[in-house]
Amino acid sequence: MAAYLVRRTFLMVLTLFGMSVLIFVMLRLVPGNISDILFDAAGFVDPKEKARLERDLGLDLPILTQYWHWISGLVQGDLGFAYVTEKPAVEEIAPRIPITVKLAVLSLIFSVVFGVPLGVISAVRQNTPIDYVLRVLSLSGLSLPSFWLGLLILMLFVRYFGFIPIYTDPPETLWKELALLSVPAAAVGFRSSALIMRLTRSSMLEVLRQDYIRTARSKGATPGSVNYDHALRNAVLPVVTIIGIEAAFLIGGLIVTETVFNVPGVARFLVEAVIWRDYPIVQNLVMFIAVVVVVANFLVDMAYMILDPRIKYAD
Amino acid sequence: MSTIDHDAALLRAGAHVRGGWSAAGFLIRRYPLGAAGAVIVVVFVLAALLANIVATFDPTATSARNSLAPPGSVYWLGADFMGRDVYSRIVHGARISLAVSVGATALGCAVGVIVGLMSGYLGGWVDLVVQRVMDIMQALPLLVMALVMAASLGPSLQNTIIAIAIALVPNIARVIRSSTLSLREQPFVEAARATGMSELRIAVRHVLPNTLAPLIVLATAQLGSAILTEASLSFLGLGVPEPHPSWGRMLSESAAEYIRTAPWLVLFPGIAISLSVFGTNLLGDALRDMLDPRERT
Repeated sequence: MAAYLVRRTFLMVLTLFGMSVLIFVMLRLVPGNISDILFDAAGFVDPKEKARLERDLGLDLPILTQYWHWISGLVQGDLGFAYVTEKPAVEEIAPRIPITVKLAVLSLIFSVVFGVPLGVISAVRQNTPIDYVLRVLSLSGLSLPSFWLGLLILMLFVRYFGFIPIYTDPPETLWKELALLSVPAAAVGFRSSALIMRLTRSSMLEVLRQDYIRTARSKGATPGSVNYDHALRNAVLPVVTIIGIEAAFLIGGLIVTETVFNVPGVARFLVEAVIWRDYPIVQNLVMFIAVVVVVANFLVDMAYMILDPRIKYAD
Repeated sequence: MSTIDHDAALLRAGAHVRGGWSAAGFLIRRYPLGAAGAVIVVVFVLAALLANIVATFDPTATSARNSLAPPGSVYWLGADFMGRDVYSRIVHGARISLAVSVGATALGCAVGVIVGLMSGYLGGWVDLVVQRVMDIMQALPLLVMALVMAASLGPSLQNTIIAIAIALVPNIARVIRSSTLSLREQPFVEAARATGMSELRIAVRHVLPNTLAPLIVLATAQLGSAILTEASLSFLGLGVPEPHPSWGRMLSESAAEYIRTAPWLVLFPGIAISLSVFGTNLLGDALRDMLDPRERT
């Protein structure tokens, strides 16, 4: 167990280190850095000015030196300066994180609240009309792009309520903010709930085929007791693992949805930074996302081990 | 609890189904949702292939007079701000979607199969290194990976395909690797080795064909994500550039502004994306049931 933990932690650090190299190299492959973009926009290029800008931003240094500057700063909590606003990257990123976290948590709640019960119903009523309807519904949930779903929701709001639930000024109270965020959260959560529903259904079907379920049935347990006391408890376990996959899935949804709803969170900020080639922001944000995904998966594995004593990890 | 499914049992046992139409009829009865998916996919492919014939306008032709014309007999699905016909743009957009989804999936599968086969069959340090690289690539969500790749390669049709393909590789490599790992220990591989076959030949001729069923299932599932990822990238302005009519970009052009004034600009491209993804997903599910009995639910 201890050895396993050590190994997992080592692999986690290795993955994140590899990620930092990958991101760094990918961003430097880009033909054209921010100085090119700025001077393109200005319409003419003064080579002396451009060289000065590149020197100011440290873009003329060897790539290894640039990498070292970034990583040594990152370890000490210094993320460098954003190119566009020329403020410390920490000040740009940090205030946006709580907004995205609130949105992500709301989406997760939404997806679990709808996904798990509907998945169970679908499995218990396998191959009945209700199962077909739910399966088609979950498959269509996976097929709708979340930005389009967001646009449709906006359209309905305009038509029936006459206003757009969009983030303009920072809302005064937490409740107001949550209410405002619940609309994009529903757009992201719908897709995720479809994923959870499908996985819950197949996990539940798997459990329902086990011998001990037949035993429970033959000793005369009521269908409700079999489904909920015997089956669901075991079927929910693999669903916990889904939260790891969910983390990655949610972030993808957040990126487009924050753009649609104009939510000033980190996900939309990443897109803006990518468009502006704002390296310090992009590389730190992408690292942040990688850390979230990797740590979420790690925690899920740990939780799984605690919840299911049958699982023993060798070495 | 469950009744015996005679059709499926017979099919599994290798019973011959009479060919032609009766086979099609059988599949439709057995997999109604999959058949519906197949129909959607066929329509989608036909629209892409015959775009020049079925489109009623040049998708890039602008006409200031018909700016934001509502749907009607001339502009079937309306016109956008520049007076371009939405229907014709959607039909031509199918081409872009098809090119990106098939291109990215094929490229991603090709690379993923090579990497997965190598990693699973050779094992040892090759496997170790490949698995760590896949770990790294999987630490990023598909869209973020494609976003960074697309940004680093620059916006073009080709680069969008490459960006999405790279993001798809780890998934495919993982599945191929795990099926290779179990195939490697099978008696027929041992037999081939005993006859003096070279390792490369065993891997390509004996192991690879046996990974085909999970690969087909997986590839169909990736088609849908490739379409969605392309749409998202183009929506964010980092995908397929002008003048190609991409469904995702049609939505970003029309997004917030026209939600009140021209809802057809928001509705129809989104329906096109959702329907094509829905079709490939339905088809993928049915294929999984058919080809991968272990996953049968």
